[in-house]
Amino acid sequence: MPAVSKGDGMRGLAVFISDIRNCKSKEAEIKRINKELANIRSKFKGDKALDGYSKKKYVCKLLFIFLLGHDIDFGHMEAVNLLSSNKYTEKQIGYLFISVLVNSNSELIRLINNAIKNDLSSRNPTFMCLALHCIANVGSREMAEAFASEIPRILVAGDTMDSVKQSAALCLLRLYKTSPDLVLMGEWTSRVVHLLNDQHMGVVTAAISLITCLSQKNPDEFKTCVSLAVSRLSRIVSSASTDLQDYTYYFVPAPWLSCKLLRLLQCYPPPEDGAVKGRLVECLETILNKAQEPPKSKKVQHSNAKNAILFEAISLIIHYDSEPNLLVRACNQLGQFLQHRETNLRYLALESMCTLASSEFSHEAVKTHIETVINALKTERDVSVRQRAADLLYAMCDRSNAKQIVAEMLSYLETADYSIREEMVLKVAILAEKYAVDYSWYVDTILNLIRIAGDYVSEEVWYRVIQIVINRDDVQGYAAKTVFEALQAPACHENMVKVGGYILGEFGNLIAELPFSAPCSSTFSQRPRRLSKRCCAMSWLVHLQQTVHNSDQYYVQTSEVVSPVPQATVLEEMPPFPERESSILAKLKKKKGPGAVSVTELEDGKREGGELNGGGERGPETASCVSQSTPSPSADLLGIRSVAPVGASLSSAGSLLVDVFSEAGPAAPSAAVNDDGFLRYKAVLWLSSCKVSAPPSEDPAPPLSEADELLDKFVCKNNGVLFENQLLQIGIKSEYRQNLGRMYLFYGNKTSVQFASFTTTVSCPGELQPQLNVQSKPVEPLVEGGAQIQQVLNIECITDFSEAPLLNIKFRYGGALQNLTLKLPVTINKFFQPTEMASQDFFQRWKQLSQPQQEAQKIFKASHGMDTEVIKAKLLGLGMALLDNVDPNPENYVCAGVIQTKGQQVGCLLRLEPNAQAQMYRLTLRCSKDLVSRRLCELLAQQF
Amino acid sequence: MQFMLLFSRQGKLRLQKWYVPLSDKEKKKITRELVQTVLARKPKMCSFLEWRDLKIVYKRYASLYFCCATEGQDNELITLEIIHRYVELLDKYFGSVCELDIIFNFEKAYFILDEFLLGGEAQETSKKNVLKAIEQADLLQENEMGLFYALLAAVSTLN
Repeated sequence: MPAVSKGDGMRGLAVFISDIRNCKSKEAEIKRINKELANIRSKFKGDKALDGYSKKKYVCKLLFIFLLGHDIDFGHMEAVNLLSSNKYTEKQIGYLFISVLVNSNSELIRLINNAIKNDLSSRNPTFMCLALHCIANVGSREMAEAFASEIPRILVAGDTMDSVKQSAALCLLRLYKTSPDLVLMGEWTSRVVHLLNDQHMGVVTAAISLITCLSQKNPDEFKTCVSLAVSRLSRIVSSASTDLQDYTYYFVPAPWLSCKLLRLLQCYPPPEDGAVKGRLVECLETILNKAQEPPKSKKVQHSNAKNAILFEAISLIIHYDSEPNLLVRACNQLGQFLQHRETNLRYLALESMCTLASSEFSHEAVKTHIETVINALKTERDVSVRQRAADLLYAMCDRSNAKQIVAEMLSYLETADYSIREEMVLKVAILAEKYAVDYSWYVDTILNLIRIAGDYVSEEVWYRVIQIVINRDDVQGYAAKTVFEALQAPACHENMVKVGGYILGEFGNLIAELPFSAPCSSTFSQRPRRLSKRCCAMSWLVHLQQTVHNSDQYYVQTSEVVSPVPQATVLEEMPPFPERESSILAKLKKKKGPGAVSVTELEDGKREGGELNGGGERGPETASCVSQSTPSPSADLLGIRSVAPVGASLSSAGSLLVDVFSEAGPAAPSAAVNDDGFLRYKAVLWLSSCKVSAPPSEDPAPPLSEADELLDKFVCKNNGVLFENQLLQIGIKSEYRQNLGRMYLFYGNKTSVQFASFTTTVSCPGELQPQLNVQSKPVEPLVEGGAQIQQVLNIECITDFSEAPLLNIKFRYGGALQNLTLKLPVTINKFFQPTEMASQDFFQRWKQLSQPQQEAQKIFKASHGMDTEVIKAKLLGLGMALLDNVDPNPENYVCAGVIQTKGQQVGCLLRLEPNAQAQMYRLTLRCSKDLVSRRLCELLAQQF
Repeated sequence: MQFMLLFSRQGKLRLQKWYVPLSDKEKKKITRELVQTVLARKPKMCSFLEWRDLKIVYKRYASLYFCCATEGQDNELITLEIIHRYVELLDKYFGSVCELDIIFNFEKAYFILDEFLLGGEAQETSKKNVLKAIEQADLLQENEMGLFYALLAAVSTLN
């Protein structure tokens, strides 16, 4: 073969390309190009008709110019003219130009389509291929409209040449991807599937891509491909390395086709036909066996091709998730790769093991590699490999190894690449919460997280730790003590101060006995920035206040002395933070190209990291991003400097947390004008702690201490006595349908004396307000002795919810005001619709809900007897369908249901595994909404 | 596969093939970012990286980087060998291919690629068959169409 100037060698083009290459500057290049463009334009416009060669040459030059990155706005017509040339190379260049520079100009499309139509009907295979390549390259809707019905015919016609079939198959695939509605296989389906049997390996290779794509969308119509694919695969796998001649690649028979076959099989469940399945399992075993054989060549191409098939086979094994033997073998094979000298193999092994970890058959086998994976996290030089190792650790984590894995991830975080820190932080936070056995470990972990990578700890993470501390009184004292100590460090991260502010604000009183001394006050006085100082000051002051609060006799006096001053400080309005601060920084960032002097080392690293992640353009967009205070890394970073976004984002947090634990909202009217949510919140907290014990008022009483227990009684039943004391009995009857419910409340006067001013109020506190709609009619204000009155509530579930509505009852009994508040037993499970499903469906859905946040799990001690019938009755009462013959272990209970809310349906799956010996249960819930899993888990754990 | 890019160590784009519809602006942006990202990587690093929601598979041959963008579940190793097979095809066609061959005969590089990959999928993996198609076309170049079938016959006896 001649080395240079293949084909017809357009001299003019070569000269032009040389000229461009010789240009010393961008300007010179542009000048040369403009000269050429002017020349071509004049040639195209000239009177003299151009011959085909010149036309081809100029079109080719235009193409070159376009590929250099310049705009081309003419020449399309000349290119279209080339399509109808009789000379192959002219036609070829015309098609290339059209493929690269499609123009939606309808006039041209019509002409192009005409030329394509001519070539398709020319019966000249070379021309047909060119036309098909063009359709495949452009793949526009117009082309689909024109040719989608023609190409299947070409594909399956008996007299079509093999090369044309190959092009037609992939051309059709491209059109199907663009316009699936236009590509109708219909009558061709079976003949297309049978292309898997074609003698020509190239035809099979091309056709299988099409079949795979069609099978994904219409699995039923194409399911006959499974047995064909298995037999084809089996023939390839068992062939000797030379049998397939040119389709053997470095001693590996047909690696591309093998991979595609294995990929196609992943569109389907395991074959039902025993013989087919047996043959397939044999193939998979052969592939695993071959991995252990010595290589037939030292070339990397040989091992790559061989391992490509192996990894695809492992993907199929994982997809089936039904052959424990193969799964464990796959895991062992990957284990070997974990220590392979090829970085690529280590990467892929880590990645593949990640999916193996989620199979119950191989989870334990994956866990045995923990030390290797930890080592990879520490020693791999390539960040993308380390990232895979971190992902795998996350996936293999369970209760047994959580402490080790979290500790390793934390220590890795100290040196981790900036690009992956944010993700790592989230993972650590999720694992710490999910597998926390004792909550002091959880608190320690999150505080460490903030210490090590405070900048990357997003709001979600630190809000969560506060929520958890608030909900668990056993950890509150520990948390207060720990943050108190943490705040005394010479340098504290902003987020640490925030967490400290909240926790000490709430629970500072629990550590009142600790001498708080100079270090603390100096901590806050040293805070350089305004917000920090305020947070810390506040947390300290609130803490002080509550300490004093402990002894009532000092209270009045102290509040007179201490309160007015700090109150004024606390409520003093924060000056509004002008936008300009953040935009200045944004500008600074914009001005500095990469590599310019950086503000801080950290920031520099972040920018680098952002680019590695393809983290978007830094530029004008950044400004808007900052002002919106998204929790993205860059915004977070800037947020430290410009307080506005922090404040803005906190306001949502503030309101959330206020709802969670304070009813003192109206007590701080002056704080409401403050723009800063955090301060507003803290002010409310402050005022609530300043309040002397509430005077007897007509305000609704706080819910009874036993309100939660009363609520729990009604999770699995709808009728019964909700509450009873010496005066009053409250009975309930309720019914639910879809997302609606009706509840009848019966108030019985147990005394012989009349209740006066009897009023009841149903309210949805805080975030429940938009989630649940409860309507009630007022009741008669007089309840005679021994009488019973009835009230009807109409309930509508708008969206999923966790809290319960409150029922406040006030009446006068012998002149004394009775005031009590209960929780109404309206729980999310009341809106369940039971769903029956077969075992296979159940596990498929179970697998689909595999994201960690979708699952909630609790292991707990049985608090009642573990009688099967009682458990069943309770599960039925829950509202889900109790599914028989689904779980391989007959001791276990599985249920499925859909929660009907106004806005959406939430699918829920439940698995309850009793351990009679240990008198324990393991309860797992997977729901399409994460909050629902958690809430149901909490509710149910109290029932058994 | 979503697209394939060939670029030099200096970051000059030598070939671009897009299998998904994107605007010119997007293509330029992707190219710029990806070239930077890949060039910043050190030798011996893994050939795969996650970039946006794509998996990038790349390999360097002398002064040229070959870079493919695949969807998440595509097989990385077989994509790596797609690159290698394409390099082999170029090498066989040009005879010890170098960057200059691809610069001066860019249209040929595109034609070979179209014979090998179509719509982002392998169309013909046999080296012999791909080159046969290209050479057939080369033989056709300066001949009038009247000679076409005679030549076709000649080609098939040559093989």
